[in-house]
Amino acid sequence: MDTRSPAVPVLAPASALLRAALDAANEAVLLCTAADHTIVLVNAAATALLPGLEPGASAALCPLPGLARATTEGATLFTDEYRGRRLLGHRRPLGDDHYGWYLQDTTDEIARAEAYEAERARTVFLAEASRRLSASLNQRRCLRTTVELAAAHLADAAVVVLPARRRQSEWMRLVAGESVEQGTLRESVLGEVPGLEEALGGFPPIPSRWLDAAQVPGWLLPESFGAVGALLVTPLPGNAEPAGALVLARHGAGAAFSAEDEMLARIFAARAGAAISAAALYRDQVDTTAILQADLLPPELPQPEGVELIGSYQAAKDALRIGGDFYDVFGPVDDSPETVVVLGDVCGKGPEAAVLTGKVRQTLRALRLVDADPAAMLTVLNRALLGSSRQHRFVTLVVAAISRAEYGRVRLCLATGGHPAPLVLRADGTVEAVPVSGTLIGVVPRISVRPAAVELAPGELCLFYSDGLTEARGGASGAEQYGEARLRDALASCAGMPGAAAVERVRQLVSDWVHGGVRDDIAMLAVRAPARTKLSLMETSTVAPSPFAIDARRGDRRGRSR
Amino acid sequence: MTVSTTTPPRSLDDPGVGEQYLRLVGDGDEYGAVEIVTALLDNGVPPARVMLDLIARTQSRVGELWAANDWSIAREHAATAISERALGAVAARSSVRPTRGRITVACVDGEWHALPVRILGEMLRLDGWRVDFLGASVPGPHLVTHLHQTGPDAVALSCMLATRLPRAHAAITACRSVGVPVIAGGPGFGPEGRWAQRLGADAWAANAEIAVHRLARDWPPPIDDPYQAAFLGDDEYTHLVRHRGDLVSTALTRLTQAYPPMGRYNQRQHDATVEDLGHVVDFLAAALYVGDEQVFTDFVEWTAAVLEARSVPPVALQIGLKLMRDQLRDYPAAIAIIDAGVAALRR
Repeated sequence: MDTRSPAVPVLAPASALLRAALDAANEAVLLCTAADHTIVLVNAAATALLPGLEPGASAALCPLPGLARATTEGATLFTDEYRGRRLLGHRRPLGDDHYGWYLQDTTDEIARAEAYEAERARTVFLAEASRRLSASLNQRRCLRTTVELAAAHLADAAVVVLPARRRQSEWMRLVAGESVEQGTLRESVLGEVPGLEEALGGFPPIPSRWLDAAQVPGWLLPESFGAVGALLVTPLPGNAEPAGALVLARHGAGAAFSAEDEMLARIFAARAGAAISAAALYRDQVDTTAILQADLLPPELPQPEGVELIGSYQAAKDALRIGGDFYDVFGPVDDSPETVVVLGDVCGKGPEAAVLTGKVRQTLRALRLVDADPAAMLTVLNRALLGSSRQHRFVTLVVAAISRAEYGRVRLCLATGGHPAPLVLRADGTVEAVPVSGTLIGVVPRISVRPAAVELAPGELCLFYSDGLTEARGGASGAEQYGEARLRDALASCAGMPGAAAVERVRQLVSDWVHGGVRDDIAMLAVRAPARTKLSLMETSTVAPSPFAIDARRGDRRGRSR
Repeated sequence: MTVSTTTPPRSLDDPGVGEQYLRLVGDGDEYGAVEIVTALLDNGVPPARVMLDLIARTQSRVGELWAANDWSIAREHAATAISERALGAVAARSSVRPTRGRITVACVDGEWHALPVRILGEMLRLDGWRVDFLGASVPGPHLVTHLHQTGPDAVALSCMLATRLPRAHAAITACRSVGVPVIAGGPGFGPEGRWAQRLGADAWAANAEIAVHRLARDWPPPIDDPYQAAFLGDDEYTHLVRHRGDLVSTALTRLTQAYPPMGRYNQRQHDATVEDLGHVVDFLAAALYVGDEQVFTDFVEWTAAVLEARSVPPVALQIGLKLMRDQLRDYPAAIAIIDAGVAALRR
């Protein structure tokens, strides 16, 4: 169609053929004059999309602000909303005197894109929530993560309230942009927040539109938050009873939680609730374990006058921090001023071994009260263990009664039941084993015990240890045992050190030997006669034992410490 | 020995106070050392200054004295034990009500230098933190169990030796994946904490004072996905670690052939040589792990200095490096790092 043809007047109505062709098109078309933007034709699709727009009207003054502006400004593109529909229009020139606006209804397309974006954001949010919530078994951290996620993605402020324990309810809250706060509330005030008692009582969540935001008590949020526009209270599902409730608030008069918001909050609350209740379960277990541990862990060592006692205990497994190795100290009783120390090893590991350890320690404590000597303690303990019905384990241990002798010396009377003999580090740096021997405890009815006595001069030390130390595997092959020879050597290198430093050094050398985590329990107890004079550490004679001479170093590079 | 009954010091500026304290810890004189610390506190010297300018400074002097072969290992250990007691005396004198969050302070698994982190722990306590001090050589699983049980706001992790970097990395990743950010410290993390960043630590501090400042502002930082940096090292690193025993044993056999007197070594000398060769492998592995040859060249230079102080010719170290190099022909990155070490030795 040639619009420049002089046969067609500028304002003449379009020919019937042109009309029919444009009416058949799916696209909405407005044909306008280039001179004054008068609409000369509105096709059928355009009439359906823009009812009321007639030929003869001006496109620059039409009821669509976007179209009117684009027309006056000469733009070739506009978007607009008209009667609930989203429109996208392109202008195309049609010869010198006319142009056409070609309009598309993009309502559905935009809605789909928006729904997709929202879904994607929800997925990303829930994935992050899952990752962060599943990371910790600590309840406080789970609560913190919950309010952080909720305040970042779901509302302007989030408060988690836990079910009341002993009439007190713990809470944690976060207002977006502020820092996390926590505290406790009396159970009686919980009812002041609309929907909170129901949520904590395990009832189905109440839709946000039924909760009157104006009823929110002043204590729920800081004053700076201002008026609450919308409130949503969601239960945090737990182990058959709610783990708590999540209170979400948005500020501003027009605020609201849509149905999608409520659904998302519920899905999030399910994950948060699972994490919080798992953490609560873990906390209960830890509390129980702590109570049991308190009696089974090595005791804090007393420091009797004139004797230095140093202990070191390393459990293979940390979950319980107790195992088959143990040591204990029993102070003087009425009839005897001696301090009695014991170090032993119950066959096996884990809780069963720990329980037997507890029994052995208790038996020995009682025997100490009747002033039994070390050999007698072992004999009675053996009978007691054999007499107990559930006993399929044996014990090795060393018992020593410590007393002070003249000139700052310390005397030890020892007896062993199948345990490695303690080593004595003399002042001149030699190391000798205490000549004791005896049968293991808890296997045969009659045991033989050969006690011995040693005296320590000031600065000398006697080391009791469990076989986890000498059986630690490492070295070049990674499978070689540390062995008593190396232990003696290690101890010899501690001559002149304070007791604590000597024990720490032996621990360190064994750790270096295994070149990684120690796999077995290791217990050490050192008895030392305190040095009375200044240590004679001044004279150093370092021989170079290896081509690299780093023997002396053994992992020490303090030269580079800060 | 001269009697050390000089008048108690009034301030850290008193001439000779550092020397006097050094002499006392070196003699294992716990009472004397604690007396100095107590006198300084009595005269109003802030506890932080006593810890940093006296105890910590003396500790690095002790390290230097050992490296220069002036002090024996026993004396160094004794001095450290005394300094721990002196630190305990400072701590006992100053109690602060916790106003900040809770923090866990620990040494990496295999790391035994606990005094610097103990000082950090005390500094943080003075700054109002609730501090859990887990001590030397904390295995990763123990650390994580502790985090689940206490839920701290930060972990301060110390690493003095670069060979512990792979284990430090495992600990850092574990802490961050339970949502606890990590501040790293100690020379093991490299110059300017370069390797701390590589391992994903949220912050690094050159010393205790800087760490306290860093933790006092905008903490905790947001934690990104901890598994983004969960794997470092490559197949060469894996080979080296998996064959550590073979590499050391082979080197030892060849060393005996090249150096006959080794055949007469006793157990102790033998073990020491095994350990030294093990160090070469460990530092090499750490260098491959973080992808920086400086881990290895630093080790070589430092070892050479220690050997020199003990009148051992550097050729011994050269032989050790060569024995490792010969076994790693198919591993170009490892070879390049060893060559850089050999070059450092020539300088």
